[in-house]
Amino acid sequence: MSGAGLVRRPWFISRLLGAPGAVAGAVVIAVILGLAVLAPYLAPYDWNANSQCRRLAPMTAEHWFGCDLFGRDIFSRVIYGARFSLAMGISTVAISLTFGALLGIVIAYGGGRIDRIGARVIDAMLCFPPIILAILIVAVLGVGLMNAALAVGISGIPRFARITRAATLSLAARDFVEAARAVGAGHTRIVLRHLLPNLAPILIVIATLDLGGAVLFTATLSFLGLGAQPPTPEWGAMLNAGREYVRYAPWTMIFPGLALFLTVMAVNLVGDRLSLILDPRQRDRS
Amino acid sequence: MPCPHVEQRTSGAIAVSVRNILGRLIGVIPTLLITWTFVFGAMRLVPGDPVLLMLQGTPISDGAMEAARAKLGTDRPIIVQYVSFLANAARGDFGDSFRSRQPVTRLIAAEFPFTLQLALGGFVIGLVLGATLGVVAGVWPNGWVDTLCMTAALAGLSLPSFWIGMLLIQVFATWLGWVPVLGTGFDALILPSITLGLFLAGGLARLTRNAIIEVMGQDYIRTARAKGLTAWKVVAKHAMRNAVIPPLTLLGIQFALLIGGAVVTETVFARPGIGRMLVQAVLEKDFPVVQGIVVLTTAAYVLINVAIDIAYGIIDPRVQE
Repeated sequence: MSGAGLVRRPWFISRLLGAPGAVAGAVVIAVILGLAVLAPYLAPYDWNANSQCRRLAPMTAEHWFGCDLFGRDIFSRVIYGARFSLAMGISTVAISLTFGALLGIVIAYGGGRIDRIGARVIDAMLCFPPIILAILIVAVLGVGLMNAALAVGISGIPRFARITRAATLSLAARDFVEAARAVGAGHTRIVLRHLLPNLAPILIVIATLDLGGAVLFTATLSFLGLGAQPPTPEWGAMLNAGREYVRYAPWTMIFPGLALFLTVMAVNLVGDRLSLILDPRQRDRS
Repeated sequence: MPCPHVEQRTSGAIAVSVRNILGRLIGVIPTLLITWTFVFGAMRLVPGDPVLLMLQGTPISDGAMEAARAKLGTDRPIIVQYVSFLANAARGDFGDSFRSRQPVTRLIAAEFPFTLQLALGGFVIGLVLGATLGVVAGVWPNGWVDTLCMTAALAGLSLPSFWIGMLLIQVFATWLGWVPVLGTGFDALILPSITLGLFLAGGLARLTRNAIIEVMGQDYIRTARAKGLTAWKVVAKHAMRNAVIPPLTLLGIQFALLIGGAVVTETVFARPGIGRMLVQAVLEKDFPVVQGIVVLTTAAYVLINVAIDIAYGIIDPRVQE
């Protein structure tokens, strides 16, 4: 039963694309990925070259999204911004997932006192509002794009650890784990061959559901001035830079924000659909 | 009588809940201890001498340096620092701001009312919007109404609140001139509240929908229908009352979202408040302020969750059983 949804590929893809929202989301994600990869070929101007046009010039045929305070082409900067959004989202989720899952499995599999103390610490760590925890970590590590990503990743660890712990606890009580132990399998083998494959669907679901939020979260830190710094063409940082003169040139904030919104919405649409398909409880019901 | 078991409260049940409340309050202590230990540890990991950070570049003699170190207490053994940190945190004393040289607690107290106003405004808008979308979607599930409401809810979850805040300012303050851009009056609270409310509404709508769908399948709803109540009465008197429990669980999480939303909203609207104060403190490396805000918000979060836990027992005695 483990990962059955992933193995039967045609069934899986057709179910994923069964909802118009998920199709739209997948198309937008494909476009964003395309922009990120092909940015140097697609961007009409250099993202960091000043005086490509008049300062804060409005939208024209040459500069589709207008120009910013330094006369940089906003369209080109938005295209390059695609490189940061998904990359930041995926890397932060990877940090949360890897360390959270590891912690959850170790605690639950360790059992006894390790589990009691571990569960208590995880619950306590969940008492930090995530953004407060992330800001605290940025305060310690210092401001910057990589540190912001690390902070968002770390602040997600308790959440992943808690879900993994609960799932591992229920799996470890099942007969097949008992059977594996009876035939003499070691701890490493049980965790890697028996627990992890069965945890995979749940982990994939929570990671996907988290991705949209992670993209938004890192952009938010950049907007607050704690993440990507100018002149990096990161969407949140672009909005932050445009704050002072937005009333004279609203296009400096409309387009980077729209790109961010569409990306997060697309990821959420696909994530919602994916969780519906992969979640064993939902799958059995349908 | 929409929910007969609610009225049947005995003095025994109340006695149980008093013990319950005390037990939960005591349970808060280890949680706070763990979070505060984390904050203490994190603050010790900050690179550089705290005294130099405090002086922020002002030149000073070695003697004055020692005096400052003694005042901050960084010359004492780490375990002593740890214990005194916990004791001070429990009393709400976080030392003086590196920037303004004023007690952190007083600075936070001055900013707190603004954040509270914003949080209340945002919460009301988020609740009204989220509950409406959720109930409408839950009463007519799996149709186009449901799809529309849930797509709107997902959009709410996906909207960068700093972006929507800037758009609202642009349209309603700059172009239409209906509300002031800056200020702390009631009319200046409208746009920030909408920004924060939209941020909350999405998650609340999804949760309310699922709760309503679940409740609509229950026997007492069929009974209510069978006795000839109008559809409106069934939803308003029977379904809603029972469907509030799961979204209420989320209220605890909503507080975390409110704080997070306040950080962003206050920054966008340049409003005074704890959120903006925190961001400023991080940027200015004003660590006592950072430490104070983090410790206090965590404590508030923990206590609010306990209060909500206790509130369940009062709204729905089934929870106690």
